[in-house]
Amino acid sequence: MTYLIKGARPYGEAAADILVTDGRIAAIGESLSATGAQVVDAAGLIALPGLVDLHTHLREPGREDAETVETGSRAAALGGFTAVHAMANTDPVADTAGVVEQVWRLGQEAGLVDVVPVGAVTVGLEGERLAELGAMADSAARVRVFSDDGHCVADPALMRRALEYVKAFDGVVAQHAEEPRLTTGAQMHEGDRSARLGLTGWPAAAEEAIIARDVLLAGHVGARLHVCHVSTAGSVEILRWAKGRGVQVTAEVTPHHLLLTDACAESYDPVFKVNPPLRTDDDVAALRAGLADGTIDAVGTDHAPHAVEDKESEWAQARPGMLGLEQALSVVIETMVEPGRLDWRGVADRMSVRPAAIGRLDGHGRPLAVGEPANLLLLDPGARAVVDPAALASRSRNSPYAGRELPGRVVATFLRGTATVLDGEAVT
Amino acid sequence: MASSTEPARGTAPRTGDPSSAGTLLTAADVGRVIDRMAHQLIERAATSDPGGGRGDGTAGLSDLVLVGIPTRGAPLARRIAARIEAFTGTPVDVGTADITLYRDDLRMRGVRALEPTVLPDAGIDGRLVVLVDDVLFSGRSVRAALDALRDLGRPRSVQLAVLVDRGHRELPIRADFVGKNVPTARSQQVRVHLSETDGVDEVLVTEGES
Amino acid sequence: MKRHLLEAADLDRADATLVLDTAAQIDQALAGREVKKLPTLRGRTVVNLFYEDSTRTRISFELAAKRLSADVINFSAKGSSVSKGESLKDTALTLEAMGSDAIVVRHSASGAPHRLANWVRGSVVNAGDGTHEHPTQALLDAYTIRQRLGRLEGVRVAVVGDVLHSRVARSNVWLLHTLGAEVTVVAPPTLLPVGIGSWPVEVSYDLDTVLPKSDVVMMLRVQAERMNASFFPSAREYSRRYGLDARRVAALADDAIVMHPGPMNRGMEIAAEVADSARSTIVEQVGNGVSVRMAVLYLLLGGSTQ
Repeated sequence: MTYLIKGARPYGEAAADILVTDGRIAAIGESLSATGAQVVDAAGLIALPGLVDLHTHLREPGREDAETVETGSRAAALGGFTAVHAMANTDPVADTAGVVEQVWRLGQEAGLVDVVPVGAVTVGLEGERLAELGAMADSAARVRVFSDDGHCVADPALMRRALEYVKAFDGVVAQHAEEPRLTTGAQMHEGDRSARLGLTGWPAAAEEAIIARDVLLAGHVGARLHVCHVSTAGSVEILRWAKGRGVQVTAEVTPHHLLLTDACAESYDPVFKVNPPLRTDDDVAALRAGLADGTIDAVGTDHAPHAVEDKESEWAQARPGMLGLEQALSVVIETMVEPGRLDWRGVADRMSVRPAAIGRLDGHGRPLAVGEPANLLLLDPGARAVVDPAALASRSRNSPYAGRELPGRVVATFLRGTATVLDGEAVT
Repeated sequence: MASSTEPARGTAPRTGDPSSAGTLLTAADVGRVIDRMAHQLIERAATSDPGGGRGDGTAGLSDLVLVGIPTRGAPLARRIAARIEAFTGTPVDVGTADITLYRDDLRMRGVRALEPTVLPDAGIDGRLVVLVDDVLFSGRSVRAALDALRDLGRPRSVQLAVLVDRGHRELPIRADFVGKNVPTARSQQVRVHLSETDGVDEVLVTEGES
Repeated sequence: MKRHLLEAADLDRADATLVLDTAAQIDQALAGREVKKLPTLRGRTVVNLFYEDSTRTRISFELAAKRLSADVINFSAKGSSVSKGESLKDTALTLEAMGSDAIVVRHSASGAPHRLANWVRGSVVNAGDGTHEHPTQALLDAYTIRQRLGRLEGVRVAVVGDVLHSRVARSNVWLLHTLGAEVTVVAPPTLLPVGIGSWPVEVSYDLDTVLPKSDVVMMLRVQAERMNASFFPSAREYSRRYGLDARRVAALADDAIVMHPGPMNRGMEIAAEVADSARSTIVEQVGNGVSVRMAVLYLLLGGSTQ
């Protein structure tokens, strides 16, 4: 299939036509024509490289009632993603070559995004002994990112070994930074609001202490560390310090931590329960600044679908997590682009180029240039819409943005030259 | 004794037809009406005295309890009692019984703050209780008051005194003592103002909803 | 009044005063009567939905509802469909389908009554949720203080003990502040929440300096399980530093009172001789609880449902 994209503005810059054929960008220029090509009118739309998510929960295998690889892939494509990293906390846990290959194959079959499995660091996410990291790296899934996400690799000796071990295949340990002894029973950010609401607090120090420890360890052994879902101003400072010292550390921030605060908990509606929890206005400001200056490398959605019964309950009984794939770009536009913190090249860098580099993905996060793989999205930046969870492609409905008007609409997504989304609808 | 069929005259308001909007009773009128009701109660107490008394009614008065229905029935009861004492030299027991928690129309109205329920130390058992209210209209307040009295004790007899009877009864209830009968349209409002609660004594008729 | 009573924090001064005044009138109307029953809520159904054992609170609400002639259903989470995993929402909808007009809920999860209020059309009364609030306890405490001292404005109240985990403390802090009292919380720093700086209270770690300046001392129950979690070194040390014994009571002003929401750990946070002394309002608090809960039920259910 050949597509002729007419009048799109790459990176929001001068309008050009983009010819896509054989999975690659064949030409970029004015007034291109091609016989037999399907023409996509992209006047006024912005073209960006396909987005890459370092942090997605697809729930398959185990909780197919909440999400499957296919439904999650569709949600990702609609959000402008061409690759997502599928977290390991499935049932069974993705801690063997067999499970990661199964997830990888399901992604290939769905064919809407590249589903890149993340391998568990420890067997069963139990934090006691290393999973077969090398076997997962050597499998068809070619795992490079390892994480016990949902759990912290709390044992410092084990964390050191994991950081060292994955150097052999250029892997990276993505840490869920949460000191478990400081967050027993924790329900929300510890501060003024938790004190009043009577919900057990999750102190910022529980995240910062682990990040501080891990950057020291990564520096000591010369390994790559990635920090998942950074949520506090203090974490940003520690990362800035570590990067200044040359530690190979990268970090991600979620869309919801860029937009929402612990004020949301006042409703006691568990749709706002997430781990790490929503923080304060000051934290949100620091995260935005950190993403703008590159201290935080990437946006990672932490897309976490949950079945209705796991959210329509008391706050303490509800599972933490919120949907993110379909609104991630909109939230970044709202919090970063419209206030002038990032331009469109910056968005491409934080949502495509750097996450692809952290995950060592070939073919993603590449520039919009002739000869490159045709992984790209077309965005209508002026569109605004109110989020309706019932209209989402995800199998779950736990969107924290329900009823909120957000800017930007993904009109089309192309994965290696094949349209996965056209006219804002998934192509199946 | 007043009759429920007594036409509205004698203290004719200055604005003409009593059922048109305006002042129905002035402060002086209210004072006269209360005096007349006090006299009627003295007479009733004398004739209803179970022991026959001394024939001057004062023995029956010690049997009498005036129970005001808040808000304005309460000061009204105190005033009538004061006039009885002034005329006879005998003090009369006074109480109040808040009927809010006995109303059958709570679901149709907003909740209201409660007012005091205070009975004389001697209680009401075996005595002649006269309920006192400002306006008799549907009769539902009186029904609620009767229910309240049932829970508060067992009087020998219960009677009813009202400053104004404006008609439109919804229950088989009538007053034994009426200060003034006033024919009204259902849509009209009859407002009793007393100096204790409103700073002035007067009875007004106004048109339409309050 | 609003439709629900979910937390003392959202009662304004007028609403809170209305509850106390209504309770006082009910008290007075029923004083000395043989028939302690009013027809006010005839035909209304009140469900006591208790996910935690609390015999005293449940009985207090039950008595309050029955004295107002409401039908009362006690729904205990134990031995019911709840223990078989029925969700709070399904339970609430079931109760409402059966015609409940009000749900009085006790739950171990903070905010559970707020969730319920989103799901049902009737009124929800919070009878204690997790470590969040217990608004009727605070109302009865305020009522008791007003009854004993004749006022709340300017009354100096010391709330002593495990403020961190106490819903009684939270409700009292907000309500007493709303009603004009001056609250000082006294506890070891481990039993105060991070963020207490935003509360309208003074904070002290030293009971002995606070007592002479207090008109009311409200002792909170200390749960035995806190001892094993290093909130304080030992029961003995806690009792020595924060327990109210006869020696400490001697430092109080002559007319100061001692309160406890119950159940007490005699000898731990409060000495038996203090609990049983003339200053103690502990028994009055129980009796006042019924009047205050009658007032709350009347104000929430008595009026128009619109």
